[in-house]
Amino acid sequence: MLRISNLHAALEDEMKPILNGLDLCVKDGEVHAIMGPNGSGKSTLSYVLSGREGYVVTGGQVELDGRDILEMEPEERAVAGLFLAFQYPVEIPGVGNMTFMRTALNALRKARGLPERSAAEFLRLVRSKAKQLHVSPDMLKRPVNYGFSGGEKKRNEILQMAILEPKMCILDETDSGLDIDAVRQVAAGVNSLRGPGRSILLITHYQRLLNYVEPDVVHILVDGRIVETGGPELALKVEDTGYNALQACEA
Amino acid sequence: MNSSTSPLASEVPLATARNRAAAFVAQAGYPKRGQEYWKFTDPSPLNSIREPVEGFNGPGGGMRQDASSRGERNRHKTSDQPTPQQGAPLSPLSLFSAIDRSIIDVSGKLTAIDPSRCQIENGSVCILRQADLPEHSWVSQTYGVLELEAQSPVPRTLASANTWLAETGICIWANGQNSRPIELRYRTSPGETDVLIHHVFRIDAGASLTVMETGTPASRINKVIEVEIDDGGEFNHVQVQGREHDRVSSGHIFARLGSESVFRSFTLTANGSMTRNECVVTLAGDRASAHVAGAAVGDRDFHHDDTVFVTHAGQDCESRQVFKKVLRNGAVGVFQGKILVKPGAQKTDGYQLSQGLLLDELCQFLAKPELEIYADDVVCSHGSTCGTVDTDALFYLRSRGITETHAQDILALAFLMQALDEIADPRISDALRELLANWLARHHQ
Ligand SMILES: Nc1ncnc2c1ncn2[C@@H]1O[C@H](COP(=O)(O)OP(=O)(O)OP(=O)(O)O)[C@@H](O)[C@H]1O
Ligand SMILES: [Mg+2]
Repeated sequence: MLRISNLHAALEDEMKPILNGLDLCVKDGEVHAIMGPNGSGKSTLSYVLSGREGYVVTGGQVELDGRDILEMEPEERAVAGLFLAFQYPVEIPGVGNMTFMRTALNALRKARGLPERSAAEFLRLVRSKAKQLHVSPDMLKRPVNYGFSGGEKKRNEILQMAILEPKMCILDETDSGLDIDAVRQVAAGVNSLRGPGRSILLITHYQRLLNYVEPDVVHILVDGRIVETGGPELALKVEDTGYNALQACEA
Repeated sequence: MNSSTSPLASEVPLATARNRAAAFVAQAGYPKRGQEYWKFTDPSPLNSIREPVEGFNGPGGGMRQDASSRGERNRHKTSDQPTPQQGAPLSPLSLFSAIDRSIIDVSGKLTAIDPSRCQIENGSVCILRQADLPEHSWVSQTYGVLELEAQSPVPRTLASANTWLAETGICIWANGQNSRPIELRYRTSPGETDVLIHHVFRIDAGASLTVMETGTPASRINKVIEVEIDDGGEFNHVQVQGREHDRVSSGHIFARLGSESVFRSFTLTANGSMTRNECVVTLAGDRASAHVAGAAVGDRDFHHDDTVFVTHAGQDCESRQVFKKVLRNGAVGVFQGKILVKPGAQKTDGYQLSQGLLLDELCQFLAKPELEIYADDVVCSHGSTCGTVDTDALFYLRSRGITETHAQDILALAFLMQALDEIADPRISDALRELLANWLARHHQ
């Protein structure tokens, strides 16, 4: 599904390198977790993958289903099946949440040569998904993320993911800032989307989430590079020993 | 309701007000570039909009001079716009079709109106040319009165010239509630380049009226609206200045509000090479409310100036100004807004917001917000910003599969929404949002 080889990326302004030869391969239907200290480049990885401005790729490749995505516009990557649940979802006053999601869904469908969803069809879809994910009808009526609590924003990301049905989902700290019930609900949402033809990359600081969404593979990212890869037990180990021990090993 | 029998084109009504206005024009002179009130806008294209009134000779030789400048002026007129067919309104017919309303067609050649076309539930309607008929004597008590009051502290000579010379106008006296809006639908008569329009609206105590203006009466327009609102009256106004690129337009709205009355005016402008919209509102009574708002979108050869002057004279009044402009390809937006709180106007709540969204570096948004306060128990705020599309929001939308141009349109429309929110009737704001969305979709680099 997703193959990242020797990826190097830097901040455009200062040409400060953030990703330093990152390798990662997520197979069809797999769930991978990435853990790593603050500032190690986890969000940067998610932005570089989704095509945000401000970063330059100085080396390496990224393929989604065998297609090079680094040359694509952000919207083309979405059409190709990539989805990023943002660590900090953006508030957009003046744009209705429902209108936004319908516009996005129809933009994707149009680009893929599928018929657009009518307002009525979309309404049915969004209502059922919102109910599943405990997103209140009020949140659907309000502007995109506008005035949402931290937890509501994260839920709204998962709702978009459920509606847009991407192939490759990157969740950047979707569990941060959620209360225990909300973590369970979001995890249930993620699990319901799990399946063949859809892969998930979970960026997280907490082993807790991984109790609910059990990963196939766990990676540790330090200084813009994967320093260790293992099974779910790696997450437990890191929680125990911290990242410093790993960095020391590596050096 | 009066029938439209033989308006007398040779007798120009309202001679007293016209003579006064002509004298003011002679004394004050037309505005000049560089004057404080014309800091960002060159008035010269507006100064030359003049239309001699048949059979009326103003004092001095002013008229002759106008006639001589007229030929030169016509040569300036660009005509890449197809001349509209007679009778075909320029605004999309469907704009307010969802709203049950009365429609009055207005053109510069307006000499009569079909009384069946201008049903008003409670009140009367006539055209300016009929204003001297005895049954419409109320018009002469209002015509030019608010315009004259607004000549201080700043002369507004373009408005006096209008009072002096305007032939065309609709006069509406609302003496009860009118739930059905009246749409003044402008049409361009063939060969007509300049039109002066002067409307007079009087809202009695407890009465209400909604007026919508659509279409374009000429390529060069000087328009004045005077609105007198008595205690507890309500006046709603929406105008759509659509979509000709070479339109040159000077507009003035003068409103005086009695106690507990409500005034709301919204202007949508799309295109137009030169537009100056002035709105002068006086909250004369207590506990009155005035909302003036506008959304403007311009591409390339577009200069759009909103100049607003709100005077709080009564106590416990509220006023809001909300103006938004989306500018592209070197378009220029101007906002000059003032809130004047007179001595004794305690508990005033004044608000003013003006924002420009620049879609490229060639555009300019120039703003001059002002507060002048002579009372101590007052809340007034004003803010003016000018910026580009939020890149984080743009990326967020694009990451969901929305193309960059579409995402930019969505954000530009979202930016304008705050102004549209000032419109009381959601059917009207929905129609205008649609119009703006279509404009944005049509105007990409
Ligand atoms: N736009 C930016 N301007 C300046 N520095 C940046 C920018 N984006 C990222 N960085 C820097 O790049 C490094 C990696 O940041 P990144 O956000 O990818 O870390 P992270 O692993 O997601 O951290 P966290 O766990 O705190 O979310 C940090 O040192 C950060 O300060
Ligand atoms: Mg991060």
